[in-house]
Amino acid sequence: MGFDLTVNGRAASVDVSSDTPLLWVIRDVLNLKGTKYGCGIGQCGACTVHLGGKAVRSCLTPVSAATKAPITTLEGLSPTASHPVQVAWQEIDVPQCGYCQAGQMMSAAALLAKTPKPTDQDIDAAMNGNLCRCGTYLRIRQAIHRAASLALNTGLKHPVEAARNGSQK
Amino acid sequence: MQINRRSFLRVTSLAGGGMLLALYVKPKASAQFAAGASPTPNNYIRIAPDGTVTIMAKDPEVGQGVKTMLPMLIAEELDVDWKMVKIEQTDFDDSKYSLQIAGGSVATPFNWGPMRQVGAAGRQMLVAAAAKSWNVPESECSTSSGRVIHQGSNRSLGYGELTARAAQMPVPDPKTLKLKDPKDYKIIGQTQRGCDVKDIVAGKPIFGIDFTVPGMLYAVYEKCPVFNGKVTTANLDEIKKLPGVRHAFVVDGFVKPGTLVDGDPGLEPGVAIVADSWWQAQSARKKLQVTWNEGQGASQTSAGFAQRADELSKLPPAKTLRNDGNVDQTLASAAKVVEGAYSYPFISHAPLEPQNCTAHFKDGAVEIWSTSQIPGGGRSLVAKTLGIPENKITLHMLRGGGGFGRRLTNDYMVESAWISKAAGAPVKLLWTREDDMTHDYYRPGGFQYLKGGLDANGKLIAWRNHFVTWGDGPRYAPSATMSPTEFPSRFVPNYAMHVSSIPLWLKTGALRAPGSNVYAFVIQSFIDELAHAAGKDPVEFRLALLDNSPTPAPQLNAERMRGVLQLVAEKSGWAKRAPAKGSALGVAFHFSHSGYFAEVADVTVTGGNKVKVNKIWVAADIGSQVINPGAAENIVQGAVIDGLSELMGQEITLENGRVVQTNFDHHPMVRMAQAPPVIEVHWRKTDNSPTGLGEPALPPILPAVCNAIFTITGKRVRSLPLSKSGFEWA
Repeated sequence: MGFDLTVNGRAASVDVSSDTPLLWVIRDVLNLKGTKYGCGIGQCGACTVHLGGKAVRSCLTPVSAATKAPITTLEGLSPTASHPVQVAWQEIDVPQCGYCQAGQMMSAAALLAKTPKPTDQDIDAAMNGNLCRCGTYLRIRQAIHRAASLALNTGLKHPVEAARNGSQK
Repeated sequence: MQINRRSFLRVTSLAGGGMLLALYVKPKASAQFAAGASPTPNNYIRIAPDGTVTIMAKDPEVGQGVKTMLPMLIAEELDVDWKMVKIEQTDFDDSKYSLQIAGGSVATPFNWGPMRQVGAAGRQMLVAAAAKSWNVPESECSTSSGRVIHQGSNRSLGYGELTARAAQMPVPDPKTLKLKDPKDYKIIGQTQRGCDVKDIVAGKPIFGIDFTVPGMLYAVYEKCPVFNGKVTTANLDEIKKLPGVRHAFVVDGFVKPGTLVDGDPGLEPGVAIVADSWWQAQSARKKLQVTWNEGQGASQTSAGFAQRADELSKLPPAKTLRNDGNVDQTLASAAKVVEGAYSYPFISHAPLEPQNCTAHFKDGAVEIWSTSQIPGGGRSLVAKTLGIPENKITLHMLRGGGGFGRRLTNDYMVESAWISKAAGAPVKLLWTREDDMTHDYYRPGGFQYLKGGLDANGKLIAWRNHFVTWGDGPRYAPSATMSPTEFPSRFVPNYAMHVSSIPLWLKTGALRAPGSNVYAFVIQSFIDELAHAAGKDPVEFRLALLDNSPTPAPQLNAERMRGVLQLVAEKSGWAKRAPAKGSALGVAFHFSHSGYFAEVADVTVTGGNKVKVNKIWVAADIGSQVINPGAAENIVQGAVIDGLSELMGQEITLENGRVVQTNFDHHPMVRMAQAPPVIEVHWRKTDNSPTGLGEPALPPILPAVCNAIFTITGKRVRSLPLSKSGFEWA
């Protein structure tokens, strides 16, 4: 079946069965490998992407449910890895293995879009669906605070809005 | 390990004027991990005429940071600026490199000497080249930031300008190399960011699961829920008609028979489905109907094992591994005797990237892209199973999404190679999370029956352990052994370690800090029981025990352990602690993988069972240098959190030979809100050669928290996980 998606500001038509999870469309049809498979049951959050600006688990989202709103993956946060979350993640050197971090960053970006200055409690609540097997939670929390201050200082436009407007800038 | 007469340096000119410095280390036959054998030089440094320095990273990277750390050692002694360095992951090639493994926290102790010597040799040759072109003595030349400098004539040349000439210089005798004084270090001991962090935050396809080759098909592999069950029938004809399916076939496999499962036992039987996309293969799999001959493992249950352990604990032990003094007599006359029956479950490694491997079998040779922590072991297994020589196997190493020991076995590699051969195409095999959790090499569970005796002064005078583990008599299951030198062996005059074993038809293997991740729980909890029975402060009781250091000193250096214990007590304010009601500090230490770690946990229990870990203090002695301090702190904090996951909820159980837990919902990890908000890491630097860090930081956290829980609730936790005793995270 054919499905028309908007991914990272670009239109994409894909021909897959309707039950195909968005995750596998993103990874294997659109060849965007940043989004990861971890559990397939919405427990780990490694597959987190934005659908209409909201963080969703792409492993549990059938492609047929993803045609109505724009999709943003980690690659779409910024074409130059310069989204405040990406900058902060590098500054703090958050990752160990790095496998969960795409999902962590997507959850963090969605949080900051809604709550520009999150408290630790806001962060705990927003990030509790994202597992880090290496245990980098302290650095993730630190990086979210840092990203919040970077975003406030530089006034960067949130990429979800940019994606909605059909641009990657 | 140092460069010595088993090693030599060799230099080669590169096309275009660059130089390449090589170090060949002849492998030791007795090395703990199989080392390379082919006598060709190996290559670490490439300097281009434009001055770009590329340093090869030879070990598998699974998040431990070795891809950044080993090049730091070379760059320091080469005397270049870190920002000039590019890092390149090598292939697995034991004709060029030694010990390309990620295990045992050995990368630091094995490479600390040789990698610095590689850098120093490179620097020495560049100096010689510059001295020759200026016609001045080498002794008048110095280096800085990738340049050779002649102060007297105020001249300097960049390394890139010197490579052509340097490549003609004789390779220095390793014995003549002068290594830097640590006080002059500019890279070692300074935090350097992970070399892949830029790619990680950009979502670049750098992990094993991300790798593709043209024409690649995707495979899933259905195995029997009981280990090594064989396929009787499968509805292959129906499966082959499903969308996207190219191949569906039975793999007979071959697993070494016996009463115990060997390390990497072979190729497990199953049904392979190969399709155009992974989702198509996995969708077809949902329609797969297989009848199995489940074989010898089908009757195993966790309840049965526990019952058998209890029976064995009441019988005379099968073996005695150590018997110092007279334990039974001392216990009979001791002022106080404490008994504790401890147990801990099988658990799963569950790295977040499920097992996967890409293989391309063609014309009798196979090319493999994997995340193995021990690719050399995979090569042997593939060669043996496919009946091809090892030199027909090319192994590329891709970044692994976590290891924790799971990738020290190579089942996914041999499966993908076999399936590629049968399908006649390059194939990416990807397991589901359920595959991964139900076909792991589990951390072995176990049972320990302890008795300790105190004299009238509260001094520990006798220790008896009856360890019930997995084995078939002469052999033990992988990672199910316990050394008779394990602490407090030799620190207690009357000490006995006995073993009985239960046969097991299930794969077991090393999980981060193998053995230690449970022995610390048992030993440091029981020491706490003894401290309380003696009416002594838990830190003071431990320090007194360490005072009994035997002569000659055992592997565990009591002074170093005392040092970290005293440091963690000081940093946590142990002596002046005044916890609020419902809160307490707990302490524990453990020595493993050459590392000395002591940890204090500040814990609150509310409502009788809701546990909150408020803060952790870690004190560590891993020698004279912490090579990459920021990364080291990250790893230690992660190890603590990893230990808390093991402590609270992780357990793999068997019913009818099947693993019951299939995903993270029933084998939970600590989540952000449950993690302690503060984990302080304190280094005690001592005059010892640097050692590894990935593993020894983990073990003490489990007993530290349990010991705090006892102080708060009076409940002594003797069985893991905590959730089985009704505890949960607050």
